[in-house]
Amino acid sequence: MSIDQIQARFHLDYPEFSLDVDLALPGRGVTALFGHSGSGKTSLLRLVAGLMRVPDGSLSVNGEVWQDGRTFLPTHKRPLGYVFQEASLFPHLSARGNLAYGMKRVGHAMDRQALDQAVKLLGIAHLLDRRPHQLSGGERQRVAIARALALHPRLLLMDEPLAALDLKRKQEILPYLERLHDALDIPVLYVSHAPDEVARLADTVVLLEQGRVRAQGSVTELFSRLDLSLAQDQEASAIIEGVVLSHDDDYALTRIEIPGGTLTVQRLQRGLHELVRVRIHARDVSLALEEPGVSSILNILPARILELREIEQAQVLVKLCTGAGEKTPLLARITRHSRDRLRLHEGQSVYAQVKAVALMD
Amino acid sequence: MGFSDADLQAIWLTLRLASLVTVLLLLIGTPIAWWLARTHSRWKGPVGAVVALPLVLPPTVLGFYLLLAMGPNGPVGQFTQSLGIGLLPFTFWGLVVASVFYSMPFVVQPIQNAIEALGERPLEVAATLRAGPWDRFFSVVLPLAKPGFFTAAILGFAHTVGEFGVVLMIGGNIPGATRVVSVQIYDYVEAMEYGQAHWLAASMVIFSFLVLLALYTLNPNQRKF
Repeated sequence: MSIDQIQARFHLDYPEFSLDVDLALPGRGVTALFGHSGSGKTSLLRLVAGLMRVPDGSLSVNGEVWQDGRTFLPTHKRPLGYVFQEASLFPHLSARGNLAYGMKRVGHAMDRQALDQAVKLLGIAHLLDRRPHQLSGGERQRVAIARALALHPRLLLMDEPLAALDLKRKQEILPYLERLHDALDIPVLYVSHAPDEVARLADTVVLLEQGRVRAQGSVTELFSRLDLSLAQDQEASAIIEGVVLSHDDDYALTRIEIPGGTLTVQRLQRGLHELVRVRIHARDVSLALEEPGVSSILNILPARILELREIEQAQVLVKLCTGAGEKTPLLARITRHSRDRLRLHEGQSVYAQVKAVALMD
Repeated sequence: MGFSDADLQAIWLTLRLASLVTVLLLLIGTPIAWWLARTHSRWKGPVGAVVALPLVLPPTVLGFYLLLAMGPNGPVGQFTQSLGIGLLPFTFWGLVVASVFYSMPFVVQPIQNAIEALGERPLEVAATLRAGPWDRFFSVVLPLAKPGFFTAAILGFAHTVGEFGVVLMIGGNIPGATRVVSVQIYDYVEAMEYGQAHWLAASMVIFSFLVLLALYTLNPNQRKF
């Protein structure tokens, strides 16, 4: 049993559905439980919350045993916060009443600081006196997240908190989730089937397929693994973390330092040395054998080919690593024709021309 | 004319009986409704059917079997005798017991429907907010299922006020103990005292109308969320 880990082992066997997981997850940061519907990600979250119970399961969170052998803490005795997929506010209470409901029960009803912090983080101060039916879907979900946070949980569980919202509401709430990511020092388990959310929010990804763990690793590592579905998606991309190095106000550009290199992107409203996460789509990366001369492309990175994989009739996915330490993965989607014409092979040194860099947070 | 002393006694008795039965039914019926609303047990069907029996049985049939059960040779009768309470038939408490059975479905079904409509989710949410089982019932189920409980109480009360067949079978016609309003009216009619019967009968019509009016206007509509 480890002090800074979540260890979960569950086995569940229904005729229609089975789940068999044995996980050790980091005791801090956001871990995404990622998979299609029916992959068992929500069941896993419910098992962790104690909303579902299986015999012979075991669960410990940062050194505390929540389930093991005969031990089974009921949900209301687990120091967790849970955000449900759809609006789950109590209709008979105002937003403030909903926040107070949990706080009263953890015994710090007078903890104004916890309340103020949660209210500020989610930007709901002006909504507190409203009833749930007077709030939009996005606002309701923000209140629900604040309600969970105000409990000072030692583990935050989120079950697709954005899935029931339309794109506009999603865009409205994502910045708040990103603030959470930066502000919280407790572990968060975040269930999602949207690669975009995972890329933006997660540190660690657990990929579930049909009730089994298909892969687990950092978001950077898993998004660039060619054998997983993430890389074979149309949106396949590399996730790279870097820090803001310098701003060029003349040309409205910002330079970001990434492991073993730099990227130049449009001017970011970020302070120097701030951590940023960028996403480079495979379709925006092209390869050249020699360093291109004069080009309009800002980001040309020396890279080495690690792996090539045919994904469709005409397409080849190339995994590269860039920089001196070769720590930064890149994906490129090229045609099979180009691969053969350039005689690309594993281990080869090439130049990756990056046409677009998307900022994630 | 007006109410005679006997009438007032019958009205008072009826109100006492109906109030007591309503309270008992809310206490007994709520756990039954809770269980029926949430169980996946194979006993759900049979138990639900037994609770609903008084809806379809002639009151005399129910009264007949209750009379046997509570009589000197019946299981309930032997039990009450061994407790030293004596026998229940032809007493006020005999009426209470019979009325609880008779009005049970009118209390259980509205509460059961309200709890079923509530679903599992609010209870799960409350559990993740540290509310234990009893706490969840009082802080979430009761307020959200309030219309169901309100309907149950009114129907239970009104139905007990209106019962006649079971009362005759179990309680007979003892002034101050078992002679409720409906029996009193029957007596007047038997004795051809239609004037007196009118007073009570019309009062019952007005009372029933007011009860239903309250049910349809005061009962808060189920909210949207």
